[in-house]
Amino acid sequence: MLTGFLGLYNYWIVILLMMSGLYILIACGNLIKKVIGLSIFQTSVFILFISMGKVHGGTAPILDPGFSLYSNPLPHVLILTAIVVGVATTALALALIVRIHLAYGTVEEDEIQEKEDVA
Amino acid sequence: MSGAGVLHHLPILQVLVPLLAAPVALLLRRGYPAWVLATGVSWLVLVMAMGLVRQVLINGTLSYELGGWAPPWGIEYRVDVLGAFMALIVSGIAAVIMPFSRRSLAAEIPADRSAMFYTLILLCLTGLLGIVMTGDAFNLFVFLEVSSLSSYALISMGRRREALTAAFQYLIMGTIGATAILIGVGLLYMMTGTLNMADLAERMPDIAHTRTVTAAFAFIVVGVALKTALFPLHLWLPNAYTYAPSVVSAFLAATATKVGVYMLLRFSFTIFGGLLAFEIMNLDRLLLVLALLAALYGSTAAVFQTDLKRMLAYSSVAQIGYTVAGVSFASLTGLTAGIVHLFNHALVKGGLFLVAGCVLLRIGNVTIERMAGLGRTMPWTMAAFVVGGLGLVGVPATAGFISKWYLVQAALERGWWPVAVVVLFTSLLAAVYVWRVVEVAYFRTPAQTSDAGVGEAPLSMLVSVWVMLAIMVYFGINASLTTGLARQAASGLLGTAL
Repeated sequence: MLTGFLGLYNYWIVILLMMSGLYILIACGNLIKKVIGLSIFQTSVFILFISMGKVHGGTAPILDPGFSLYSNPLPHVLILTAIVVGVATTALALALIVRIHLAYGTVEEDEIQEKEDVA
Repeated sequence: MSGAGVLHHLPILQVLVPLLAAPVALLLRRGYPAWVLATGVSWLVLVMAMGLVRQVLINGTLSYELGGWAPPWGIEYRVDVLGAFMALIVSGIAAVIMPFSRRSLAAEIPADRSAMFYTLILLCLTGLLGIVMTGDAFNLFVFLEVSSLSSYALISMGRRREALTAAFQYLIMGTIGATAILIGVGLLYMMTGTLNMADLAERMPDIAHTRTVTAAFAFIVVGVALKTALFPLHLWLPNAYTYAPSVVSAFLAATATKVGVYMLLRFSFTIFGGLLAFEIMNLDRLLLVLALLAALYGSTAAVFQTDLKRMLAYSSVAQIGYTVAGVSFASLTGLTAGIVHLFNHALVKGGLFLVAGCVLLRIGNVTIERMAGLGRTMPWTMAAFVVGGLGLVGVPATAGFISKWYLVQAALERGWWPVAVVVLFTSLLAAVYVWRVVEVAYFRTPAQTSDAGVGEAPLSMLVSVWVMLAIMVYFGINASLTTGLARQAASGLLGTAL
């Protein structure tokens, strides 16, 4: 079984995804790309929660006489809620981008800024 | 159901009533019936909040098991004096703003969207009340997102296209903040195996020194500071408040940032406890420095604004600084100052944003330059601005004075007189930016003749403005009720008997 640095690989993936998401959010001027970054950022947190629910050797939390060790189902349920929140956020963000595109004719942050300065 | 039965269910009804009313408002489709419903609901919620305050004062902290599931498994709603007081602020502001909203919205958003507006504001109310009622850390995150998502949509309803970019900017920053809170809650669950705030608090002393818990604390503080718009994480606030419809600016300025401070109090005192927050993480020093910078920066920026709503928004950044400064003292007087300022500033800033709404309705613009001569053409509106402005400065006999008095007292108690100097200096700056508007409105004649014909704002709007400010002045003269509640809430947080 993996231990130490590699044993925690799921957490390293979480950190990698989280930082990639944040970087996209900060570095990209395109609003759609920002939403993509935001989604990646949120997804990394979902994986963090799911990882902590895993019990080594545990099976899916469905009551069965053949098993006695189950994974913790609570984080899964929490993340189901958080995914719904994430979908709602993405939907709202995309709807806003559609309206921004109608109003400004662009979804690039610097071009929007230019048009705001002129007006 | 008997009367006692209903009373027992108040904590959940507080959240359920606006939540169920929101889709009904949407189904009503037309603005007028939706407005009647939203107004009725906000008044009902205010009455229930008053009932909650009374119950909490008589019986102490209320615990309500959602669906009858006992706390560690089910979600618990836990209402203490602080929670009830916050519910009173949020629902009270909503109840005063609703009558105002009809005429103001008619001028600011298309008629076919007004039913949607009331749906959103009811959802926002649900979220804010849920945050202050719940005793479950994850449930708090969910309610935070309910209130945030609806406020992004509310802000985007502003007349100008800048409202869209302001809403998008707030959405990005707000989601980062909320996700940071979610990470913190997740790390806490990892360490304790519980999400119930009381259970978390109980298990905290044993694990307070672990790195996971300090990381959780850092994530949560940053997330909450983003939602509170604490300097330097306030960047979303000025645009959002400037371009949102006036009713939304008033509602959010008076409630959303206040609930942010509530979350800060709840997490750092109730859940993490003084040991972790103030001894290991030195939160007090961090918050004090940021709070003073917020007060200085916000007040200075407000002096240089040309737009009335933007000026009020920067002033909010400064006022959040005062509240957080009170919190950072972590003493009974300091917390009392912070909590009572939540109430007082909600009334002052709510009232002033409503005044901006009246001005916007009549002259279609809130540039300070364009307000010349309004002292004559809109005497009641501008008189309200003067009263609210005095409250912002903190002149005696206004509620603003009470909170600043406690804040200065708390600073001197600790011997930190430079803090008192900053509070007084920024109050002077407040006098400067309030005076700029008063001077233009009363002592300058309008440059354009087209403005000569403007009249007073409609009665329904003036009533809301003046009710808000009259309550503010009342609690400036007779502050025993508000300071008493704030003191009890503060002692509850510090875990000391009065």
